[in-house]
Order: sequence, then C-alpha cells, then structure tokens
Amino acid sequence: MAAIELHDEGAVVIIGSGAGGGTLAYELTRRGIKVVMLEAGKRQSLASFSQDPNEAFGQLTWLDPRNSSGDWDPARNNPGLPAWHCKTVGGTTVHWTAATPRLQATEVRARTHYGAVEGSSLIDWPIPYGELLHYYQQAERRMGVTRRNGVPGLPASNNFKVMYAAAKKKGYKRVHTGHMAINPRPFDGRGFCIQQGFCVQGCKTGAKWSTLYTEIPRAEATGNLDLRIECTATRIEHGADGRVNAVIYRDAAGAEQRQKARLVCVAGNSIETPRLLLLSESARFPRGLANSSDQVGRNYCRHVCGFTWGIFDKPIEFWRGAVLGGVIEDEVVLQPKRGFVGGYRLELMALDLPTIPLVGLPYGWGRDFADILEGYRNMAGMFCNGEDLPRATNRITLDPKLRDARGLPVAHVHVDEHANDTALRDHAHVQAKGMYESIGARRVVRSAVPPATHNMCTARMSADPQDGVTNLHGRAHDVPNLFISDGSALSTPGAANPTLTIVSLALRQAEYLAREMAARNL
Amino acid sequence: MKPENTMDRRGFLALSTGTITGVLAAGSPLAAFAPSRAWAVELNALTDAEGAALMAMTRTIAPHDKLEDAAYALVVRALDGDAAHDAAALTRLREGIASLGAGFAGADEADRVAALKRIENTPFFQGVRAKTLQVLYSSPMAYAYFGYEGEAFSKGGYLTRGFNDLKWLPEVPLKDSGPLPY
Repeated sequence: MAAIELHDEGAVVIIGSGAGGGTLAYELTRRGIKVVMLEAGKRQSLASFSQDPNEAFGQLTWLDPRNSSGDWDPARNNPGLPAWHCKTVGGTTVHWTAATPRLQATEVRARTHYGAVEGSSLIDWPIPYGELLHYYQQAERRMGVTRRNGVPGLPASNNFKVMYAAAKKKGYKRVHTGHMAINPRPFDGRGFCIQQGFCVQGCKTGAKWSTLYTEIPRAEATGNLDLRIECTATRIEHGADGRVNAVIYRDAAGAEQRQKARLVCVAGNSIETPRLLLLSESARFPRGLANSSDQVGRNYCRHVCGFTWGIFDKPIEFWRGAVLGGVIEDEVVLQPKRGFVGGYRLELMALDLPTIPLVGLPYGWGRDFADILEGYRNMAGMFCNGEDLPRATNRITLDPKLRDARGLPVAHVHVDEHANDTALRDHAHVQAKGMYESIGARRVVRSAVPPATHNMCTARMSADPQDGVTNLHGRAHDVPNLFISDGSALSTPGAANPTLTIVSLALRQAEYLAREMAARNL
Repeated sequence: MKPENTMDRRGFLALSTGTITGVLAAGSPLAAFAPSRAWAVELNALTDAEGAALMAMTRTIAPHDKLEDAAYALVVRALDGDAAHDAAALTRLREGIASLGAGFAGADEADRVAALKRIENTPFFQGVRAKTLQVLYSSPMAYAYFGYEGEAFSKGGYLTRGFNDLKWLPEVPLKDSGPLPY
C-alpha cells in the first residue's frame, strides 16, 4: 500500500469506501492515479463478521448521533437512528442485500414524464439514458449480477415460493429471483451463495459483492492507494482561487490531520456527504461548500419503504436463504390511474428474530403484537421499494443543538412524506396483502416505515445549477475540483435499489476524472 | 440494539438483596448450560418487589405464555444493569414502577394492560417496551421458542438444510429461479 505524504498536493482524496468511493478508488488507482481514501470505520473481513445479529449491528452500523424530525415514522420510532447504513471499510456494501435493478428510461426523465407535481422538486437527470445503460452493463459484468450476461438466477427459497405462487395468482408476469450481485456459482475469486440468510451481517462466503473484498484490495494491489481507516473527515478547505486543496480529518487516535489534495471526491453516503459540505462553510461559501444554490442537503430521498408480512398455517422458515432473492416488477410502471406517479418493486424480505421487532413491525405491544411473533416460523415477507418524490423541505441540515464526540453539529434529517408517497405505499400494501390472502394467509401485517437504508439525492446532478449541486459528472457546480461520488448525486431515486446506479456513476466519473487529469484540466 | 443476551454464571448463582428466581421447565434449552434448573438473577439497583413488577410488565408487553420466565428475567436484568450505572434511569424506573401500584405484579392481565395503557406515553413505559423488544427476542431461549435457527455459516448455510424444502406450494419454474450450485 502506498504511503502518501500529508503535504502531497497531487493526491486525489476520496472520502468514504462504499459502492461509490470504493469503486472510484480502484478505477483511479488502476490507471496510475494516487489516491488517499479516508474511511471513518474499522476494517472487518469475512472471518471477523459476527454471526450474532446484535453484535453485527454494532460492528457495522453508523451509530454516531443524529437527530430527525418530520411526519415520517422513523422520526417518532427511532429519532436517533433515522437511517441504517454502515461505518466500516466497504461502507454499506458490507450490509446491503445486493439487489441490483436498473433505473428505467422514464424514471431518469421524471420531471418530463410525471409533470410538475405540486409539493415536489422533481427534475430530469442530465445524463442521456443510453449512456447510463452503457455503464450499467459494465457494472453488471463486474459485480456478476444474476440474470445478466449469462449468469443464472439464484434458486428459489421457501419465502420466494410463497411470493411466486401469490404473485402468479394475481396475474403478475415479471416475477423472478431478481437481479442480484450474489454469486449463484463461484465467480471472480468469490464464493457462491450457501443461502445463509445473513446478508445484512456481512456475507461470510463473499458471494455477495462488496468493495471490502473486491475493489479495495485490488486498489491496494496497484500500490497507488493509501487507505486510512478510522479517519473521519471534518472539513474540506479551499484556496483563494475557490478550488478545494485539503481535507481536515481526525485520525484513529483523535488527532487532527490535514491532507493536501489535487481534487476531492466525497462519498460518505447521502447524510454525511451534505453534512461535510455544510460543515465546510467559509467566507467564500457562507452557506456551506458548493452551496450557492442552497440545494446541499435538500431533496433527500430514501424510497417509499415498508414491510408486509403474511402469516400462514404452515412453516416457511423465511430466514433460510438469500434475504432479497425475489422480486415482482410489474408495478414499476408509470400508471397515474393508480393514484400516484412513479412505481414500486415488491422485493422478497426476511428479518432475523432479534431484528424484526425493532424495525420490521408496526408499533404495538400486548397480545395482538405478540401474536405476530408467535407466527414467526410461518411468516413470509415482502418489502416495498417505491419511488419517493423529492421535496426541497426534506433535507439534511446541521442540528442546532446536538454535537458529536468531536464537538461538531450532527446531521438532522427532516422528512415530511408527500401524499404521492403514502398513496404509493398504501397501494403496494393492498397488493401484497391481497396476494398473501389469496393463498391462505391467516394474518397479514403491515410494518411502520423502517429507518432508511437507501439515502439519495442530497447533492443531486442537475442541468441547471440552480436546481442541484453537481453537474452531469458529479462535479460541484461551484467548485471545479470537488466531486460527489455516492448516492447523493442521483438526480431522482426512481424505484431501483441504488447501489448498481452508484457503481455505474462511479465508473463513469472515473473515466471523466482520468481524462481530465491527463489533459491537465484538473 | 446491543442487548446482553446470555445469562452468566454469576447471574445464576448470586443471591443478594434484589433477586428474581425461578425454575426452568424440564427440557428447556437453557437447562443444558445452567448449573441447575433453579435460576436466580441478581439485581444491583432494584429491589425484589421492583424486579417482580418489571417481570410482570415485560410479560404484559410481550406475552408469550409458554416462553420461560428466565427469558423475561434477562430483560429485567438489562434494565437493572442500566439503572445501576445511571441515576436518572434508576429514578425513572423507581417512579414508574411506583406509579403502577403495589398490586401490579399480582394483578390479572386485563388490569395490568389497563394500568400500562394509562402510562403508555411516558418515558418509563417506552423505555421498558424498547428494552423488552431489544432483549427478549435475542436469547437462546427465544430462538428455541420461536423456532429460529440463527446463523448457519458454521453448518454450511441452509443450502442443503432446507432453504427450499417447502412442499405445500408448487415449485418455481427454472426460468424464474435458477439452478442449485451443486
């Protein structure tokens, strides 16, 4: 691994090592570019992943304090934990469930196709869909996505058999075990899926793609990566010319360090990325770095999510098998007569016993609540993953009161759901409930809205600099050598789980950066 | 989300001012590693009576009739452990328990439910409810009771151990699923 000097002005600094940061790091280092990567978390491995759900949660999750508000359930039920993502090398690719659907052409032209929906801040993506498709194909080959490029699908689990029978009875056509970045057979030095059901705790066979054991070790092998773990970026500095030139961070010992930079790529997930920009306010950027449009942190999207559980008279044992290994895609269509714009996927879902009462159920207690868990062994599950509408007032800000261990204001997450979001979620639940009841469910349970696992759009790409934070390359409109390299840059969320799109955009951004650096434009 | 989910030896053996005691059912999965079927959980901050009231409260919040008392005692031990390190938490527990009245632990379920309904929005109730959900479903006793098998990596996953053994619905055609890897 390369040791890059703190005063080396030629280094690219990437903040975050997940789907965006990890992919970008490998793409740059393999082209001979020196990269310093700052990762706030520790480094785990296939061997060190805990198989106790509570311990794994503590091992991988971003647990620094946060605050939240608004009318969405997490602000009531889990105000200090509005989002569930990772703080570890590999970022949220360590605990993701590996669904890799593509956005569709209509979804990246949401403003055009959905119209001006009152109370939303929809825009179109500045990237031609054909170009996105090109990088989707690259990403799918790299990640070994099932049902693409001749890779077979995953086999059907018990939980999927229930979903399939129910969906077919309803007449749904696009029902299968999903496009998944999980190896059904060995590929690329990684093992195959042994249907453990412990995707979220870190996949101990490496069947699930994660930058922790793909892109990051490959980047290290180039000799061009200096990965600094337990290093938390606290501020990005700029010079008199308005270009960023250094990143301030706290190292593992808590000491403040200053790494000079040729350019900076921020990939800290869509809550910490805008927080860092806001923390980097200066006389020149009084509202925060790259925030002349006042769009940093706004338009926060997290997908319209919710669980529907069907409880049957016979055992299903849904914890056995790849957690998300199944999908119904028929509702990923633009069909406003359903009462909302945008669409949704119904994805297979199971939660381990310790976790389900914490995030998977409606609020409750007593006999009725306990009865749900009495049926745990006979439970089947689906997860609604729907398109939510961006709103300027759904945003990440710096909390006025709460400080982290370093004395810095924590992220405050505010969400008021749009009526379109609730209409979509209601529709999805009615469909799921009807399906489970059609094949004999004795009870169907609808969860509260869980903490957000998909965080997006808080530094979005926009054609007009007034509408967003970054241009079509994820480059800040205000700062020529500052880039956003994670889900924050998505213009709108669509109904696709975001990781494949984040990886695709990172591949595209890496080509652009390498080209511009070679041409001495950066 | 980080419960203490196993009972230690000290937890079984200690006898001091505050304790909760019980006897494991014959055949309990816990009996295998407990020193005897009789168990006792030492309380460091709460009295016997307070412990008994919290036992009744957790059972009312999450009533699983055939789940061992010992499983609920883990919740009380976790609450007691928090209170032993945090004076404000101890006060909240003490005052909350007192607000339930002296007869709460021995009351009928309907009366206990009514009493808890009256305090449902208090930090005391919400704290005990949250701790119940965090701890109760994480113990080996709970795994056994609910039939949850837990991690499977050490046994080679569920690939050859029943992930697709459901027979009461039709098999999924290969075009919509995929081949087994062996």
